[in-house]
Amino acid sequence: MSADGGNREQGTGNRTAADSWVAGARPTTATSGITENPLFEYLLRLADDRLVLGHRLSEWCGHGPILEEDIALANIALDFIGQASMLLKLAGDVEGKGRTDDMLAYFRDAIEFRNVQLVELPNGDFATTIVRQFLFDAWDVLVLERLTSATNEQLAGIGAKALKEAKYHLRHSAEWVRMLGDGTVESHRRAQQALDALWPYTAELFLTDDIERQAVAAGVGVDVESLRPRWRQTVEQVFGEATLTIPKDGFAPRGGRMGRHTEHLGRMLADMQSLARAHPGATW
Amino acid sequence: MTNDTTSSPGFVGASPETQWDLWEVFTQEGQGAPHEHAGSVHATTAEHAMQNARDVYARRGKVVSLWVVPSVSIVASAPSDAGPLFDPGNDKAYRHPQFYKTPRGVRGL
Repeated sequence: MSADGGNREQGTGNRTAADSWVAGARPTTATSGITENPLFEYLLRLADDRLVLGHRLSEWCGHGPILEEDIALANIALDFIGQASMLLKLAGDVEGKGRTDDMLAYFRDAIEFRNVQLVELPNGDFATTIVRQFLFDAWDVLVLERLTSATNEQLAGIGAKALKEAKYHLRHSAEWVRMLGDGTVESHRRAQQALDALWPYTAELFLTDDIERQAVAAGVGVDVESLRPRWRQTVEQVFGEATLTIPKDGFAPRGGRMGRHTEHLGRMLADMQSLARAHPGATW
Repeated sequence: MTNDTTSSPGFVGASPETQWDLWEVFTQEGQGAPHEHAGSVHATTAEHAMQNARDVYARRGKVVSLWVVPSVSIVASAPSDAGPLFDPGNDKAYRHPQFYKTPRGVRGL
């Protein structure tokens, strides 16, 4: 996972509010597998959303509906994996146990992953992949805009780089949502079906807990609850243009941030991690 | 040859029902540099063509500007026109600048 990394000189010199926060604070909620280092936990959340979604998108490589879109999805997958790589390097440094980005990506099991469940769901058809991507991208741009002003300089730098990529991702997925929703009868039907199935999983994007509240208080994290009105505005506008109907809020799956995942993540990780686990430390 | 789609560059002869429109892509690799033809993409709308052009031709390298043009908007010369249009007239040496000697004393040419 050396793609787009290059930021290896870390861990010294940048004494920020985050450092004192890491030293002093303890999460007050006991949850499965949660470590006692809230900044580490928070970085894993940011990283794992991107690692898992990037891997899901990479599964389209060679299967895209048309050559140009095949390349586009692979490009976006690489953007996410690059972001995950930078965040996992930073997480490894913050943890201080010598774990590299590769070790964190390939040698953690599902219960140790901190991504929202939305990103681990199977790709389904192209409409499902695109609608999920749009729901995530609309959220991601807002999160990264805030991250650019994080008090941790490295995190702010990663946020600034990722934001440029995320703005393009959103432009791409929003355009596809419009084309599918306002396209043929079949594409509209599939896009609406995807939206109905995925909508409940968006609630988790805006859940907050002690770890996130501490991250916000330390000037490192993003208050996701406050982003919800702007996110809602974006998705309402695009789904409106796409003639798609947003379902009513109801049952909302949750738990990804605590390591509780759908059955799909384990299978995805088995695929993603098998090579690295069969040949530990291999380089190519 | 009439100016129909078959004279557009890059036309692959695929069925119009299963292929999106073809767009020609021009990339500029620096301020002031010319936009040069890079290739073509399939797309349904101008925005879609712009995104596909970005993903296929502009993600690596130092492209600073993109043009996308519907391929059907390009009027292309036909191979059969090559003679009348492009015969360089090598038999008329005085048409080429090399025919003329630079006068002594001229600088900066």
